[in-house]
Amino acid sequence: MSTTSHRSAEEIGRTELGPRPLPPLGPTRAVPLPDVEERILPNGLRVLAAHRPGVPMVEVRLRVPFAGDAPEHPAVAELLSSTLLTGTVARDRIGIDDELAAVGADLGVNVDPERLQIGGSGLADGLPDLLAVLADVLTSATHPDGEVARERDRLVERISVARAQPRTIAREALQRKRFGDHPITREMPTGEEVAAVTVEQVRALHTAALVPGGSILVVVGDIDPAAAIAQVEKAVSGWTADAPARELSPPPPITPSDLQLVHRAGSVQSQLRLSAPALRRHDPRYAALQLANLVFGGYFSSRWMENVREDKGYTYGAHSGIEFVPGGAVLGVETDVASDVTAAALLETRYELGRLTAVPPTAAEVDAARAYAVGSLLISLDNQGGLASTLAALAADGLGIDWLRAHPGRLESVTVEQVAEAALEFFAPTAFTGVVVGDADVIGARVRALGGITGP
Amino acid sequence: MPAPELHRTTLPNGLRVLVVPDPVTPVVGVAVHVDVGFRSEPEGRTGFAHLFEHLMFQGSESLEKLAHFRHVQGSGGVFNGSTHQDYTDYFQVLPAAALERALFLEADRLRAPKLTQENLRNQVDVVKEEIRLNVLNRPYGGFPWILLPPVLYDTFPNAHNGYGDFSELEQASLDDAAAFFDTYYSPANAQVTVAGYLDVEETLRLVERHFGDIPARPAPRRPSFGEPLSTGERRQSVMDAHAPLPAIALGYRMPDPGADLDGYLGHALLGSVLGDGEAARLQRRLVHTDGLVTDISASAGLMGPLDARDPDTFTITAVHPAAVDPDRVLAAVDEELDKLAAEGPSEDELSRQVARWSAGLHQENDRVMYRMLGLGARELLYGRAEISAELPDRLAAVTPEQVRAAAAALRSGGRGVLLVEPKESE
Repeated sequence: MSTTSHRSAEEIGRTELGPRPLPPLGPTRAVPLPDVEERILPNGLRVLAAHRPGVPMVEVRLRVPFAGDAPEHPAVAELLSSTLLTGTVARDRIGIDDELAAVGADLGVNVDPERLQIGGSGLADGLPDLLAVLADVLTSATHPDGEVARERDRLVERISVARAQPRTIAREALQRKRFGDHPITREMPTGEEVAAVTVEQVRALHTAALVPGGSILVVVGDIDPAAAIAQVEKAVSGWTADAPARELSPPPPITPSDLQLVHRAGSVQSQLRLSAPALRRHDPRYAALQLANLVFGGYFSSRWMENVREDKGYTYGAHSGIEFVPGGAVLGVETDVASDVTAAALLETRYELGRLTAVPPTAAEVDAARAYAVGSLLISLDNQGGLASTLAALAADGLGIDWLRAHPGRLESVTVEQVAEAALEFFAPTAFTGVVVGDADVIGARVRALGGITGP
Repeated sequence: MPAPELHRTTLPNGLRVLVVPDPVTPVVGVAVHVDVGFRSEPEGRTGFAHLFEHLMFQGSESLEKLAHFRHVQGSGGVFNGSTHQDYTDYFQVLPAAALERALFLEADRLRAPKLTQENLRNQVDVVKEEIRLNVLNRPYGGFPWILLPPVLYDTFPNAHNGYGDFSELEQASLDDAAAFFDTYYSPANAQVTVAGYLDVEETLRLVERHFGDIPARPAPRRPSFGEPLSTGERRQSVMDAHAPLPAIALGYRMPDPGADLDGYLGHALLGSVLGDGEAARLQRRLVHTDGLVTDISASAGLMGPLDARDPDTFTITAVHPAAVDPDRVLAAVDEELDKLAAEGPSEDELSRQVARWSAGLHQENDRVMYRMLGLGARELLYGRAEISAELPDRLAAVTPEQVRAAAAALRSGGRGVLLVEPKESE
């Protein structure tokens, strides 16, 4: 394609001096984590606040446990979350948005089988205004008839779009495969279920379930924590309920089994989703498992990624990680690959799982994973939003900033043998179940030939 | 918030250097911005700039294949690269202890990347998987950034698919890669940005140590990608086998951000007044009052605001039910634009959008990675990293009249209309 003269690829790749040595690392800087002030308000809401200056902003996360057994619960919960910011006794949808925007603030609501979360941010000196709007929607959202009707239509349309995404199809199939019919699997209602929800159901669920007892509010930013907690208390004093918010029950433990082949006609890629039991953060072996996971597929420089992407070119990305569920944790092993290499990618995935147990991580692999675990934690906490989200997730799991402060030390003290033990226990191919989603007419024969797979 | 300190120098080989200290953070970032994006790739080689970005991670004189990833992550850092219309960036963010190592890693590949046939073939496969994942196997893949430009633009640089055609990716040769590197990856065509916890003098010394002996090569001539403004409306329809609902994208030309930054920012705030938040004009009218669309958005810049030189695109995109005729969507958008072109937004309406922008800019600045990439891109594209720090004030100074004028400009200029149609049988 070139018209001018240029060096060859080989000439470009070498210099007179030749290869140079990698510079050493300099002195490490300690992780500066702020103190967290905490208080349980009379209404049962637990408030956490931390001073993190840097930019004149504040981040807010409200987490309300939001489990429900009723068949219609997921659909009602979705519509509730879509209409929560559309009107109160005092404000309409536009008024809510205008008041937030005036202090550079945004609020968003999302719900899953475990919790409803309201997250947002705004200019730090606008925190009282942000809290006033938040308290108003919590205590006096009206879920107006017209807004519920309109949002119901939109939700049905959005669900049709989401359900066309291969990742949604694969996620739903995986949840059913590993957790059966436990409510944790009901992450997205069907359009028909949403269409059947009434405004009365939405209002009733709001009254019964969107309650302060057992809920957690985290405030992080350029604020004075004590003053922020006082502002929260003042704002939400009218938010009360007789019963606490409802926690989701633990899902059943994962049972190892054949992978399920799920047909998606016309798919040009396949989704591989494998899963096995894992450990909670509380477990003394958690840090060892975290490092074993990194070595397997938890970061780019992992065995699995280097194999299926950098050596074979089967995928753009392959990732494994620990996902927390009520009372426990599970391991997820996920990649999307072209249809014609699906069987080959599955074979390599099983090979790498087996290899992690049979040829355990080396000292060099463990040290690299350790440095990454410590460094990436430092980077993820170096902004207000990252710190707020992490504190909210930890608090929901019964852990505080002390756990976070001590975690680099725990990672540093893990031995290579402990990582090998975690690898053997949690990455054995026989521990897994999962799904393969793709065009069964194209991928079926080859993946079936590998064994350990059922389906069409 | 105080403006960041900006320290600049240019090495004898032409490499520009921008150093931005931050005493508070425990992390440091290093970014290399190269002044070539997908608009510069040759005809017959669509997707080459992005493919080449992948090759730059595949090893260099001092680093075997995979070593770059391993050294960054094994030092506790994260990395990435991305290809835009007018530039390609490579970056890493690490604990401050790894600063010199990061400079070494970036310098080694800018000096002597190891371009091999094996890595080229491997990365063609990886890029094809990336395209399957992000475009071919999902609904609304490439909407609108790949699909809209050919409707609005006539010339190859502006109209073609920057992800690339599979057959052209497969034809890419090692010699193409060598020519591309020698032409565009000259130190005189690149810029290093270092931001975070660092000592300025020490950092400048380390940059000189690692990048200083990259031999000088001439910077390539940078062509203008300008093309005449189109007039009238051009329409195109595409079929999307995975899409459950139709979608529509409108594309308009914007002022040159280099020559008329305030005019550009008028368009940026017009995008907010139209689309950001429940109270925005198009949300109120099309989503809630008329119920014509499921979701709608408006924004300045095909790949984000202030991310390209001229020409760049103002976009409005919407997903709508099949029962709604796209012409009704267009008519409602036009009416809202006409109202704004006649009267402009109110002072309050505009100041609320400015407050949201300011808050968003603060959030961007709160993370070393985004702060560094924003400064680096603006320095490279417009020669003024200061724009990042000035943006809150400049946005606050935009008047309702400027937003009115932006709306009027959209209504009087040409536009491209892309219609995404679900496949009947789905």
